[in-house]
Amino acid sequence: MRLVTAILRPHAVDDVRAALEPLGVHGMTVSDVHGYGRQGGHTEVYRGAEYRVDLVPKIRVEVLVDDDEADAVVRAVVETARTGRIGDGKVWVQTVDEVVRVRTGEVGAAAI
Amino acid sequence: MHALLHALASSPASSPHVDAGDTAWVLTCTALVLLMTPGLAFFYAGMVRSKHVLAMIMQSFACIAIVSVTWVLVGYSLAFDKDAGAGLIGGLHLVGLAHAADGVPGTPLSIPPLVFVLFQLLFAVLTAALLTGATADRVRFESFVVLVAVWSVLVYAPVAHWAFSPDGWLHRLGLLDFAGGTVVETCSGASALALVLVLGPRRGWPREMMAPHNLPLTLLGAGLLWVGWIGFNAGSALSAGSLAASAALATHLSGVGGMIGWLALEKKLTGKATTLGAASGAVAGLVAITPAAGYLQPLPALLLGVVAGAVCLFAIRLKFRFRYDDSLDVVAVHYVGGVVGTLCVGLFAAAAVNPAVTHQGLFLGGGLEQLGKQLVGVAATSVFAFAATYVLARVLHATMGLRVTADDEHAGLDTSQHAETAYELTTTSTIGRSHG
Repeated sequence: MRLVTAILRPHAVDDVRAALEPLGVHGMTVSDVHGYGRQGGHTEVYRGAEYRVDLVPKIRVEVLVDDDEADAVVRAVVETARTGRIGDGKVWVQTVDEVVRVRTGEVGAAAI
Repeated sequence: MHALLHALASSPASSPHVDAGDTAWVLTCTALVLLMTPGLAFFYAGMVRSKHVLAMIMQSFACIAIVSVTWVLVGYSLAFDKDAGAGLIGGLHLVGLAHAADGVPGTPLSIPPLVFVLFQLLFAVLTAALLTGATADRVRFESFVVLVAVWSVLVYAPVAHWAFSPDGWLHRLGLLDFAGGTVVETCSGASALALVLVLGPRRGWPREMMAPHNLPLTLLGAGLLWVGWIGFNAGSALSAGSLAASAALATHLSGVGGMIGWLALEKKLTGKATTLGAASGAVAGLVAITPAAGYLQPLPALLLGVVAGAVCLFAIRLKFRFRYDDSLDVVAVHYVGGVVGTLCVGLFAAAAVNPAVTHQGLFLGGGLEQLGKQLVGVAATSVFAFAATYVLARVLHATMGLRVTADDEHAGLDTSQHAETAYELTTTSTIGRSHG
């Protein structure tokens, strides 16, 4: 099993969810995060004083998938979220040792 | 019939003469002035970080409680009793409001004196609350309570006597201060400067960005202040007639001018017109018109607002230049705005607006005489308020300690001073167990 984690532009999350449904992905975890990479921050102005804000708001999407689904999921996320401009984000994949569904006690691929 | 009704209405039910219309208007204005302090609380609360927001509001609410008591006990007497010497301070005949219902010494009124007592009480409350822009994010609550209690008696009451009491030396000199450009704005601004110098900067200032956490609150507060300010200035006519009308109009126009002046300059300097700029500019215009409302014609009032909005925006740069953390810009908005407005009376005061104007402003052909008197008023108020507040703050700092510990400041005043959190917006923030 794999954990696919994507850091994306906030407005991309709806499209990503729609793109993953046909692939059989029926669940994800989404969180608000802040960070910076190659994309700089932005400038804010309060009472004439300008401030450089370094951390940019992003969305973190986490999806658990079976081993053979990981590549398709990653490809779908990347293609959906890409605008071509700096700040589109990153996607990475980790191996997961065990998954348990709390309600039923199912383990492994059945719990995904 | 109409004349008969009028005669009946104005026949003295009790002596001295009380006019029902005047009384109703000033009572209404009294409520409007009370609204300004919670308005100020929200204006300021939106500008601090989310961990200090309750403490910010609490400081204003505490002023309502503290100053109401000190005013009734002794402040009112020191401000408005017959002079106790040299026009510097009132006597003690009205302590505890004894004899207060009998009249305001030297001030002929067409309203019950107790209305005047409450109206002026709420001025004292608001002026103390203005100081909280300087104590933001770092003052110990216990020390703040003592500071405000003593300040309202030793700093505010004397300055109110100087300018508002007919026995006061500035009033006798001929200073024209309609609703408190010296007493409220200059006094609170100079005192705020003294407080920030004693308190020192917020930890991390100016290196860290300390952006406002909730500007809608600030705009709500500015709106409430604007409404209340009509009562503050037009109520200072102490009657419901043409003087109140021109004061109300001048007040509104200056607020408008302030917003325009601030935003125009801000747009030119930074490329954006901000909502905080709109709120700040309106308040700067309202501050500036406070001493001038009952003396200026409409267009000079609008012009004063524009000038005040622009000048106050520039004045904010002073704190970065001279490195004092005037956290919410009490000096830049209230001191600078108050001084601009008070001096402006010397330029534009018109006898046509108010017969109390004996020397018209410079631009109305009256020469420099009135401007000189305004300058004396500003200088005297500045020096006294700054020096007295500085000494008071030093004494409190050395005895009680004015500032919270570093840990308490990092944690935020909401939890460290009041054991509360303003916003429980996430599920995890409410996980815990009761020890009730």
